[in-house]
Amino acid sequence: MGFIDLLQSIIPPALFFSAPLIFTALGGVFSERSGVVNIGLEGLMVMGAFVGVVFNLTFADVFGAWTPWISIIVAMLIGALFSVIHAVAAVSFHADQVVSGVAINFLALGLGIFLTKQWYDKGQTDMVSQPFYTIDIPILSEIPVIGDILFSNMYLTSYLAIILAFLAWYVLYKTPFGLRLRAVGEHPMAADTNGINVYKMRYIAVILSGALGGLGGSVFALTIALNFSHATIVGQGFMALAAVIFGKWHPLGAMGAALFFGFAQSLSVIGAGIPLLADVPQVFLLIAPYVLTILALAGFIGRAEAPKANGQPYIKGSR
Amino acid sequence: MTSNKTFNILVPLISVFIGLLAGAIIMLIFGYNPIQGYAALWEGAFGDAYFFGETVRQVTPYILTGLAVGFAFRSGLFNIGAEGQVIVGWLSAVWIGITVDAPMYIHLPLAIFVAALAGAIWGFIPGILKARLGVHEVIVTIMLNYIALYSSNAIIRNVLSDSENSTERIAETASLSSEWLQSLTYFSRMHYGILIALFAAMIMWFIIERTTIGYELKSVGFNKHASKYAGMNVKRNIVLSMVIAGAFAGLAGSMEGLGTFGNMTVSGGFSNLGFDGIAVALLGANTAIGIVLAAILFGALKVGALNMPTEAGVPNELVDIIIALIIFSVASSYIIRWAILRFKKEEK
Repeated sequence: MGFIDLLQSIIPPALFFSAPLIFTALGGVFSERSGVVNIGLEGLMVMGAFVGVVFNLTFADVFGAWTPWISIIVAMLIGALFSVIHAVAAVSFHADQVVSGVAINFLALGLGIFLTKQWYDKGQTDMVSQPFYTIDIPILSEIPVIGDILFSNMYLTSYLAIILAFLAWYVLYKTPFGLRLRAVGEHPMAADTNGINVYKMRYIAVILSGALGGLGGSVFALTIALNFSHATIVGQGFMALAAVIFGKWHPLGAMGAALFFGFAQSLSVIGAGIPLLADVPQVFLLIAPYVLTILALAGFIGRAEAPKANGQPYIKGSR
Repeated sequence: MTSNKTFNILVPLISVFIGLLAGAIIMLIFGYNPIQGYAALWEGAFGDAYFFGETVRQVTPYILTGLAVGFAFRSGLFNIGAEGQVIVGWLSAVWIGITVDAPMYIHLPLAIFVAALAGAIWGFIPGILKARLGVHEVIVTIMLNYIALYSSNAIIRNVLSDSENSTERIAETASLSSEWLQSLTYFSRMHYGILIALFAAMIMWFIIERTTIGYELKSVGFNKHASKYAGMNVKRNIVLSMVIAGAFAGLAGSMEGLGTFGNMTVSGGFSNLGFDGIAVALLGANTAIGIVLAAILFGALKVGALNMPTEAGVPNELVDIIIALIIFSVASSYIIRWAILRFKKEEK
């Protein structure tokens, strides 16, 4: 197998597995940059996957080929709505953010399966009839070499994920809104003194993370899983959380980490066909993202420093 | 002023009430009869000897994972890794149960001890990373959960079996199951593990309330800097706390491996024992007695829920929703306290 062929068989699946992780990790970046720990990413993805699949199944006849796109938008909206619970508990009620996130995970899965059983009379939904399909990008896929590697056989959602990562970087680092959001996560009292509404910023950040988590979950469901059951989202949310940390709470870093984790995941699927990797036991590829995250945190691969006020409820007037 | 002690009892009670009330409202919305639903739940948890035995079986690991989370909480650490510690404990117990050949009075204690040891080692990693490098234990333990899950799957497939999806059964000499208890409870899977779980709860109470170690652990939980100033070794205490917590969770794993199942199967996801343990510890206010009571509640809810689809037509996931809402309420105790105080003030 030539090198070009190799790239061609590695890159599209890697991008395909990464896209949901990138979306969700960006959500995590927003939330954690504002100082709200979001262990609930997993639950937000579950919610997104559930809504995406149910909407797709219900409205496939109405919207035809546009169904998957409308499904992910609806999943974003419901994800945003769902994350308000986390925001209320973590920001307004000063709940322990980790605990509240754990509860979000429980609630999303419980609610998702409960409603699935309610509406479909079984533990899992049918397969969606209008998933995303891979396409060749017109013109660009004609470019020799690059066209085959980067623009053929791809999901549009993969490009959307990368574009959103750059957009998130722009918003967080180049706009007043982003500066305020980061300030609230570093030193809420100083931000408050400067007239920034800490609670409002944190609410916005958590709701953004809900929208992006819902997007990630629905994209996962409509490209990879294609139905919803208790086993649709198993750990992708936590892997996205790992990407946030491995990417040092930076949107582009998180994207890079998510790309790498997606790559590792895709290797465990297609690795058998690649020389050298065929001999590596699959388990090493499966645990690689998690081991690397721990090493990164421990400072072996560049120290990952969390936003200063991450995880601390802000109580006005206290020191 | 209402004292702290009253709050510590009132908040869990109110939270459970809120959870169950919300469950009833959900049942009403979807056209079920809540009374029928909860009656089925009660029936499924305590209705006859079989259900009772199954409830006890479920309560057993819940007590231990509750202790694992609660113990770490007391010294200010959040052990989300109970899940992974359960897995390594389960795997080690089954491993010893299959490979070692010894009389029961050696085999069984050895299997249990090794399970606790494995859990302790799995707890040591986040502990040492936290103590030495200041790495947040929440993230490390989450990552370790997945490492434990995938590694144990690989070990079951490649080491403990020939590419099978489950290990063989453990030897009788390492089994916790008891024909006597089973015959008492119409052949439920109840086993002697409950005695170990209750004993472990007593140990936690003893360590926390009656020893210098426990005093130091609590002290570190309240205020690291003051503890250090008072001459305590904060780092050692952090590691120790995670190790003991991990050992409790490892024991929970051995309950499943040696008692309930007698083997271990390849699994795509978690058993959720560790995550449920977070709920148990929170509701039990991280005290030994509270954790036992909360474990009984959640064990009964989980086992009873299985009776709800058949008796009342309600999907058993309703209980997961109820548990999530109970956690939210306990976590938001700030607002419950505020509401109670407000209520008191208006009375005056």
